[in-house]
Amino acid sequence: MQRKEWPLWEVFIRSRNGLDHKHCGSVHAPDAPMALQAARDVYTRRQEGVSIWVVRADQIHASDPDAKPELFDPADDKIYRHPTFYKLPDEVDHM
Amino acid sequence: MSSAAHLEYVLRLADNALILGQRLSEWTGHAPVLEEELALANMALDLIGQSRLLLSHAGRLEGAGRDEDHLAFLRTDQQYRNLTLVELPNGDFGRTVVRNFLFSAFQEPLWEALRSSLDADLAAIAEKSLKEARYHARHSAEWVVRLGDGTDESHARSQSALDYLWPYTTEFFTEDSVDTEVAAAGLGVGCAALRLRWEAAVHPVLMEATLAVPAPTAFRSRGKIGTHSEHLGHILAEMQHLQRAHPGAHW
Repeated sequence: MQRKEWPLWEVFIRSRNGLDHKHCGSVHAPDAPMALQAARDVYTRRQEGVSIWVVRADQIHASDPDAKPELFDPADDKIYRHPTFYKLPDEVDHM
Repeated sequence: MSSAAHLEYVLRLADNALILGQRLSEWTGHAPVLEEELALANMALDLIGQSRLLLSHAGRLEGAGRDEDHLAFLRTDQQYRNLTLVELPNGDFGRTVVRNFLFSAFQEPLWEALRSSLDADLAAIAEKSLKEARYHARHSAEWVVRLGDGTDESHARSQSALDYLWPYTTEFFTEDSVDTEVAAAGLGVGCAALRLRWEAAVHPVLMEATLAVPAPTAFRSRGKIGTHSEHLGHILAEMQHLQRAHPGAHW
């Protein structure tokens, strides 16, 4: 017998105080509405969120782990790109 | 209005929530997929939360010093006032889903109306419970559509679940003197208005699910007046075992 598994969905939750949706896990579900409900039932039981996104895992394209050296190492010696040399006024939040 | 009817009405609401909550908790560790296991456990916890508030309220109305635990664990099956539908065995996942759908589609308009009950405690409980019932109704409706309009196997199982459960839904709308009294006093809701709302919610979903609405039957269940099926005693035996064996036990 052929086994038909439901597709995998990646779940992103925006928390009460959070500014952006953060990846928090995945669920299996037959379609998007059910994936949203599964995400609600699995990942928001402890007041974690106020908004949910689900994305089919096979729709996400990932960078190649073997390409890490050429993708990310060149940034190592460009410390001047960090804005840490500026003094921020206290009123500026969320930087 | 006699306070007896008021108390009876609150007990019915409480027992519906408690017994279905207990039934749904039986799925823990057995559901077909992890996601749905949590969904069923969440729903069970919502219902048990509702029943705790309602039983505490009933205890206060009664004024005889009985608290939620006393009412839950030390009443006999004949003293329980839940609809027969909620005590029926879970059956397969399809039957569990169809029951949740039929019941929560009834709870949603009920809680909506009870928000304006003159019983302020009941109105507050309704406000909280309405949100939960809305989610239960939506979630179970999604499942009914997918199972009914799914494979031949899921269609056959959900149709047979519907045929099995449908006759018990008549009891939702069987109005007795308790319903009439609380409705007249502005404390509760009349059954006739709820029936229209329930049908308007249920029929379109069944149609989308390609499930046939069963023909009416003369069968009348009478759980809400304390005449139960053989299944309630077995639930209570398990649920009440600890308090019966070790009275007053707590931890």
